[in-house]
Amino acid sequence: MSVSVRIPTPLRKHTDGQEVVEVDGKTAGEVLENLAETHPGLRDKLFDDEGGLRRFVNVFANDEDIRFLDKLETPVEDGDEMSVVPAIAGG
Amino acid sequence: MSGFDERLKQIKSQIKETDVDSVKERWLEASDHSDLHLIDVRERDEFVDGHIEGADFIPRGLLDLKIENEVPDKDDKVILYCGGGTRSALAAKALEDIGYSDVESMAGGFGSWKEAGYPVHIAETLDEGQLTRYSRHLRIPEVGEKGQMKLLDSKVLMLGAGGLGSPAALYLAAAGVGQLGIIDSDVVDRSNLQRQILHTDDRVGDSKVDSATQTLKALNPDITVEGFETRLTSDNIMEIIDGYDLVIDGGDNFPTRYLINDACVKAGIPNVHGSIFRFEGQATVFDPKHGGPCYRCLYPEPPPPELAPSCQEAGVLGVLPGIVGTLQAIEAIKLLLDIGEPLTGRLLSYDALKTEFRELKLQRDPDCPVCSGDPEEIEFIDYEMFCSFDG
Repeated sequence: MSVSVRIPTPLRKHTDGQEVVEVDGKTAGEVLENLAETHPGLRDKLFDDEGGLRRFVNVFANDEDIRFLDKLETPVEDGDEMSVVPAIAGG
Repeated sequence: MSGFDERLKQIKSQIKETDVDSVKERWLEASDHSDLHLIDVRERDEFVDGHIEGADFIPRGLLDLKIENEVPDKDDKVILYCGGGTRSALAAKALEDIGYSDVESMAGGFGSWKEAGYPVHIAETLDEGQLTRYSRHLRIPEVGEKGQMKLLDSKVLMLGAGGLGSPAALYLAAAGVGQLGIIDSDVVDRSNLQRQILHTDDRVGDSKVDSATQTLKALNPDITVEGFETRLTSDNIMEIIDGYDLVIDGGDNFPTRYLINDACVKAGIPNVHGSIFRFEGQATVFDPKHGGPCYRCLYPEPPPPELAPSCQEAGVLGVLPGIVGTLQAIEAIKLLLDIGEPLTGRLLSYDALKTEFRELKLQRDPDCPVCSGDPEEIEFIDYEMFCSFDG
């Protein structure tokens, strides 16, 4: 069960510059957990102290915001694409 | 009888004529005439002098060319009028010949309408200079003279005269958006000039609002620019936003972005959002009044300052705001003219390195701290000043 996770520019320094990382997992939460496991620098960027997703980071499964699906329990399938989309302020 | 009179008589016997009383009843007195098209086929100077309110204006000479844009359904009811009922009769025949099934000509024309004492509408129209300046807009059916008048009557508030605000303001000024408000408390710095194309090298050290005003007025003296050389705060925001039709958010920091979002929700106006980072840009339209999400539905809270170092460190390719800012300008024009499909509920993400546009679906959060409740009761938050999220 491999999902492609798109890493936004501001977080790529924690993935050795990779913009897409292939990660295993059956749910969005599992995928993100495995992602943080292999790329530890991402952990506190994605999760708060209680293990919840940070409120200024959105995660999309394909093109849907997982907050409006089953949040971290949202099921994902082999070949799906997930995107991490943080708030950026630059103008 | 002359040849023309003979021909006219013959045509009038083939078409359907109606009278001014019937048109008044069906056009002015009916609560709904959405399936009825009233078209003034006279020349421009006659139309400008006075016409029936709400009528479309297509001079007879252009009728065959333009009718399919105005009336795409050939079975819709169309009433034509001219000065005295002759040109509209000929025009009615011409429309029937190209397949329109329900065309009427108003007998006696506008002359009889006036004699009957029915109301004459004198619309504001573009002057000669404007007809030339906006001629390429006037040729687009979705804009036209009505749309251009609407733009000239519109007010857009720009948050920031920086990377995004520069291209957006330039194009909106050029398009003839009648009033641009510009909020910026900064002065022009040489490091801005790599992307902030409103400003020039000889204005380094000048206020951005002054520099922007100078550039925009030079491009189009037809518009007015209202400058706000101040930092946005919870105290001044509602006063500044008052009277504006929409906001273009080209801010460079989270506190003002949240403030402008909350104020737009409170004022019930759309917020055209854009943001940039290195080679990546995002744009969307926040418009909760029309069912879409707001910025806080997407990001309920800004990141804490420790996760958001200053903007100077972030870096951005100078051309990138050119793409994102012009996308914002186009969205603004569409919203002002009420045409097309705005980016409401869709986050457009642009990756310049891959030349890739992607769309993500945004939802309105039913528990949004700002747009889920009564707009009257929104209270503003002044967050501590900091900029971009750079993990």
